[in-house]
Amino acid sequence: MKKRSAGRKALYVILIVYAIITVIPFLWALSSSFKTLGEIVSGSINFIPKDFTLDNYKQIFTREPLFGRWLFNSLFIATIGTLLNLLFNSMAGYALARLSFPGKKSIFLMILAVLMIPFQVTLIPNFLILKELGWLNSYQGMIIPGAVNATFIFMMRQFFINFPKEVEEAAAIDGLGRFGTFFRIVLPLAKPALAAQTIFVFMAFWNDFMRPLIILSDQDMFTLPLGLNSFKGQFISFWNYIMAASMVFTLPILVLYAFFNRYFVKGIKFTGDK
Amino acid sequence: MFSKKERREAGQGYLFLLPALLVLGVFVIAPILYAVFLSFHKVELIGGASYEFRGLDNFMKVTFDDRAIIALKNTAIYVAIVVPTQTFLALVLASSLNAGLKGQKFFRIVYFLPTLTSSAVLTLIFMWMYNQNGLINYVLKFLNLPTYNWIGDPDVALIAIMIMNIWATAPFFMVIYLAALQDIPDSHYEAAELDGAGPIQKFLHITVPNLRPVTSFVVIMGLIGTFQLFDQSYIFSGGSGGPNNSTLTVVLLIYQYAFKTLGTMGYATAIAFMLAIIILVATLLQRKFSKEESLY
Repeated sequence: MKKRSAGRKALYVILIVYAIITVIPFLWALSSSFKTLGEIVSGSINFIPKDFTLDNYKQIFTREPLFGRWLFNSLFIATIGTLLNLLFNSMAGYALARLSFPGKKSIFLMILAVLMIPFQVTLIPNFLILKELGWLNSYQGMIIPGAVNATFIFMMRQFFINFPKEVEEAAAIDGLGRFGTFFRIVLPLAKPALAAQTIFVFMAFWNDFMRPLIILSDQDMFTLPLGLNSFKGQFISFWNYIMAASMVFTLPILVLYAFFNRYFVKGIKFTGDK
Repeated sequence: MFSKKERREAGQGYLFLLPALLVLGVFVIAPILYAVFLSFHKVELIGGASYEFRGLDNFMKVTFDDRAIIALKNTAIYVAIVVPTQTFLALVLASSLNAGLKGQKFFRIVYFLPTLTSSAVLTLIFMWMYNQNGLINYVLKFLNLPTYNWIGDPDVALIAIMIMNIWATAPFFMVIYLAALQDIPDSHYEAAELDGAGPIQKFLHITVPNLRPVTSFVVIMGLIGTFQLFDQSYIFSGGSGGPNNSTLTVVLLIYQYAFKTLGTMGYATAIAFMLAIIILVATLLQRKFSKEESLY
């Protein structure tokens, strides 16, 4: 018995030490975002700011005219992009799970094949296609190519296959058509699957760095990751501003996580089981 | 041939699939075919785009391109160190968490923070800590260990990115392991205990074999992710892959050839294809390897 509790203590030590290792970078960034520039350059190692200040946040929002714009761009692109994904992936997944039509099997195989293609292969042609369409440096250029995700079409198909048919049959008897059934009965019941999708798709849009780097060239079209990167170049030693901006950037995802926490692990399990 | 009902259902099916097929067609399928075309051509982007057929030149060019060889080497070293380390760390953390300790939920939330945070933010936070007078050097000095110019020294810059990425990714894989650990039936462990197995024997003979399929998944995901390293080295080096090409990765090189130097877009596409093949082969080898091992 004694040996066992010693083992437990060792496990707790491992877990607590690693938790500290995980949290310190965030606490350090958070603390730096509330410090004055003087305190930042002095190089002292204190996690509680000596002169607590909100100036860094004021600076990035008021005197940095583009920051608010970047925040808006990121929110706009990620929100619309996520909504389109929820709609289109569910529709495709539903058709592949429930409806019968010629070519269904080959379409499904094609979607599985698409999952295997690394994104770097399509990157350069995508740039040329967007250029041809005149969509470089535009919201649609950022949103439309990402409006569908093969992984989640697959996931929605699995979800709908296991979905009880009786519910739909009851709706049909009540006189609802295919579209009515889908939008009013099936989608509302698919909430857990949609919640997991919302987190992953929103995060992918929100955190994406490479695609905006290639597609967006005007400073006022930038999303936050690009804005932050250009911030770094501009304010090379103003780490207080950079850390404040980083904290603002991280907040929406934390809120989303707090909101959908339950579905998060489920979603990972979902994608992990493939 | 088809009844009216069947035809209607088929029409509905296509209608439901239409948006997905349009987007995948224009932005995934067409680009793959276009990429095949590009990889055999020299592409000039002045005004419109002009193409000059070059056969296999783009694919051959890699062998005498010094920067390509450096990028490949950096990427290979990075993958070889990061994938095993993060997999092992994830397994240790998940097993510790699974021992029925209190506060599981708390630890899970904490460990998840890096997974939620964008690579751009994480890279900036680490650059701030890697500063010459930054937190990390301060801690090293305090422990009487040598300090480094993490960002400026070509010998350590890639290691700095490795540390950051292992830190950021291991907890994500930990969650996957944790889910799998919870699916192993308790009866297996109880039976082993009756046979007199200790904790280490139980771990080696029950936990590890049961986790083999998940380990395979974790390693494959790790391979795919690490081969594609870009954001961190781009931000770290301001897009150059420096200092002295030490953080130049294959994807960063593809980016530079496609968008920073003129006339090398076709060459960049060819490198992208080669990367895709390397990833595919690595994935297949890993699968084969893990299957063979499970025969024992």
